[in-house]
Amino acid sequence: MAAHEGSDSRLAFWVTALPPLLWVAVFFLIPLGVIWAYSFGQNLGLTGVEISGTFSNYARAFEPLYLQIFAKSIFVAGLTTLLCLIIGFPVALAIVFASEKWRPWLLLLVMLPFWTNLLIRTYALIAVLRTEGFLNNGLEGVWNGASWLKVLVGLEPLAPYEPLQLLYNNFAVVFGLVYVHLPFMVLPLYAALDRLDRSLMEASLDLGAGHLRTLFSIVVPLALPGIISGVIITFVPALGAYLTPDLLGGPDSQMIANVIERQFKRANDWPFGAALSFLLMYATFIAIALRAYLSKGKAADAAHGI
Amino acid sequence: MNDATPTPFKSELKPIISFRNIVKKFGSMVAVDDVSLDIHPGEFFALLGPSGCGKTTLLRMLAGLEVPTEGEILIDGQDMRTIPANKRPVNMVFQSYAVFPHMSVADNVAYGLKIDRVPDAERKVRVQEALDLVQLGQLAARMPDQLSGGQRQRVALARALVKRPKVLLLDEPLSALDAKLREAMRFELSQLQQKVGITFIMVTHDQDEALAIASRIAVMNKGSIAQLGTPSDLYEFPASRFVADFIGSVNMFEGTLVKDEPDEAVVTCPELAPHPVHLPHAVPGKVDTPVWVAIRPEKITLHKNSEAPPAPAECPAGHNIAKGIIREISYLGDTSIFHVETGKGNLIRVSRPNRSRWDQENFDWKEPVWVSWAGSSPVVLLS
Amino acid sequence: MKPIKPIKDRPAPLEYNRRWSMRLWLLGVFVFLYAPLIALVAFSFNDSKRNIVWQGFTFKYYDKLFRNDDLMIAFANSITIALVATLFSLVLGTLAAVLLWRFRFPGKAVVEGTFSLPIVVPEICMGVAMLVFFATVIPWPNGLPWPFNLGSIIIAHVSFCFPFVAMVVRARLVSFNKEQEEAARDLGASEWQAFRDVLIPHIRPALIAGALLSFTLSLDDFVITFFTSGPDTVTFPVKVYSMVRFSVTPEVNAASTMLIVLTVVLMVIGALMQKSAQKKT
Repeated sequence: MAAHEGSDSRLAFWVTALPPLLWVAVFFLIPLGVIWAYSFGQNLGLTGVEISGTFSNYARAFEPLYLQIFAKSIFVAGLTTLLCLIIGFPVALAIVFASEKWRPWLLLLVMLPFWTNLLIRTYALIAVLRTEGFLNNGLEGVWNGASWLKVLVGLEPLAPYEPLQLLYNNFAVVFGLVYVHLPFMVLPLYAALDRLDRSLMEASLDLGAGHLRTLFSIVVPLALPGIISGVIITFVPALGAYLTPDLLGGPDSQMIANVIERQFKRANDWPFGAALSFLLMYATFIAIALRAYLSKGKAADAAHGI
Repeated sequence: MNDATPTPFKSELKPIISFRNIVKKFGSMVAVDDVSLDIHPGEFFALLGPSGCGKTTLLRMLAGLEVPTEGEILIDGQDMRTIPANKRPVNMVFQSYAVFPHMSVADNVAYGLKIDRVPDAERKVRVQEALDLVQLGQLAARMPDQLSGGQRQRVALARALVKRPKVLLLDEPLSALDAKLREAMRFELSQLQQKVGITFIMVTHDQDEALAIASRIAVMNKGSIAQLGTPSDLYEFPASRFVADFIGSVNMFEGTLVKDEPDEAVVTCPELAPHPVHLPHAVPGKVDTPVWVAIRPEKITLHKNSEAPPAPAECPAGHNIAKGIIREISYLGDTSIFHVETGKGNLIRVSRPNRSRWDQENFDWKEPVWVSWAGSSPVVLLS
Repeated sequence: MKPIKPIKDRPAPLEYNRRWSMRLWLLGVFVFLYAPLIALVAFSFNDSKRNIVWQGFTFKYYDKLFRNDDLMIAFANSITIALVATLFSLVLGTLAAVLLWRFRFPGKAVVEGTFSLPIVVPEICMGVAMLVFFATVIPWPNGLPWPFNLGSIIIAHVSFCFPFVAMVVRARLVSFNKEQEEAARDLGASEWQAFRDVLIPHIRPALIAGALLSFTLSLDDFVITFFTSGPDTVTFPVKVYSMVRFSVTPEVNAASTMLIVLTVVLMVIGALMQKSAQKKT
């Protein structure tokens, strides 16, 4: 129903349009605009900020120190996404091919952790990754078992178990990010695989292809838009992650968000923090634009096996 | 000739496909119930039946896409139990055609050959051959979304045939096409099979299709084979009410067998009273037990009431006739279908070709008529 | 000859989830996802200061939790913020969804994009922007009585919650048969009456889903709240965060467990409400 003529309808339009538009303008666009302005500013004394139109903040962001942090953040987010893809793809596959009655339950089981607080999920990993945490205890058990077996066979026992440093380092950050973002990846993968016409896979098998070949020649190309969606939905939040590197990372596991936080809370260098924030936002937008560009090339109904 | 039995199928060659005591259950639902069947090389075989009868399941088990719960499947004498779908010497044309949308026509057809590691030069030749075979030779570079439904089907055919399988499986090949195209494709499929020379097995619910193309048909119902035979065998010598009713249309009269001798049999049917049905040969069934009499509409003749009761050949007077009133006429162009109501309120369906452009014997609504049929026309069925 | 598995046990080619390798993988992933959380909940009942060895079942840390005034205040704050934010988000989100669904106007694509910005922008950017905004542009007065002192947090939460509500409601609007509204207008209803009597009942399941989504997002939010809250406007996640930074005690486990339980309860309530709402439409 297109907009009718008549003032009744115009009133309705403005009543509907104004509140959300105003809100977004005042409480979202303006704050972002202020930050943008600040990124061109300088600190004036302890509390003031002068917007001088300088690019010095951006220049500073490209110093090796910060560039390195950017690069590391991108690397960590990329690694996380890759791991989520590898782990999540079989999960999505298993759910798609599950029987009708199991499918909603499996989906629910995968999504439930996603509804849990991020803070709690990250905190739970501390108990797992500590030197006296579950992983180390488990490994110690295996180590001791192997040692016992050696003695049984008459060999020297193994040296006492040295707990691995699994926490407060890059390993923990990646582990935590994968843990937190895995459900994010499974859902779009599931949606894409669900739309796939199964007779295409059967046709491929019928023509002699093995399962792996069917996967890479038929399933992946046709589910690609969904895969790209999942990748972006995982990569972007991972790039801007704050809590996980903060709680699980060590001094050299800082990611972009941690640096930004420091500028605003401790270092009190708001302009620099603003510049860094915007660089992060640009990176995000580039990733999304990339996704839109890549998805456009594929026909939306390619998955429907014409 | 008083031969009331169908000619048995004879083949010198070993069967190329053997189903032996195949059972398939999905949970507690039995889809295929102890089916045994032999299909011979060079046949155009049809599995015909209503939806849910198990025909598609049987086909998929042959392709390896389903695993039988019990029983064996042999292809060319080899047990397929340990052989997965992608290693079987059969190829399938799926109901939705399943043409890979992200590959061109040529790439689709070449897919199976690439997997078999056929060298490039030979592969190109074979792909072009296959495309020419289905008359798509000019469209090799097109993408599937640029093709019509009929063209996509040909791509699927070419893709399957290029691998030179021993058997080609077709799942409802003509159901997605419109009426005119369907008829043209029937002929083409038949020609194709003769040209290529391999066994074709087709699943369909359309009995016209099966009758037109297949050399032998297995009619299935509720997981078992109701009857196996050539199209004319199934049409003229149905073994059960189900088959008689499923294939073509038929008039079915309930009755009692009153006489059963080697050279004649008589059945009295309440719907046709007081005129009994007479057949010039023995029939299955015991005397004084209920039987069914099936007569095809085109075997019945209409007579104008002004004449005396007709006297069909080969039977005593007063047999194989009935009196009634025309209640409905359906003009189909090449034939007309008359529904004649007998005294008991039942309708007899009579089919009459429109032989001349104007009807000299013009039958009209509510006209009283006699119907008659030859003694060789009825078939007596027990179930 | 190699023994062959009995026929009826072998899965069909595409029955991937009947293969043992797939089942093991699924199991492994679920263990990976749930074990830490289960351990967390289990150790909240552990009678030991350090979370390592099980030393007996106790409720004492929950006891401590409920007596921790700061934490309880933080919890009350979180609930209040979530409730108010959800209310505003529902209204704004519905209006935004209806706007995009119903009307055609110049710049619609831009507006659509703008509404989805808060979902896309990284949380830290938004948090930082809010911090600066409330420090410079609209300084939120200090020392306001409760609940007004939570205003800046509420505003921030509404900003990132309402696009989610809009998304959910929009999805539901797509299935609306416009002829229903036209029938109402034909029978004399005004634009507003038609909206109220015909459209709103149809989108009720979406409203419930959106409210739930918004409430949960607000309740769980940390990053944005971290930047907009102050020492006297602490929320539950922020308080738990400071507890976590301090030390790892079972008390934190207890607090976390409570939050998990709350989330699950909300989900269940929401699902039930949705089911009943969908039965009526």
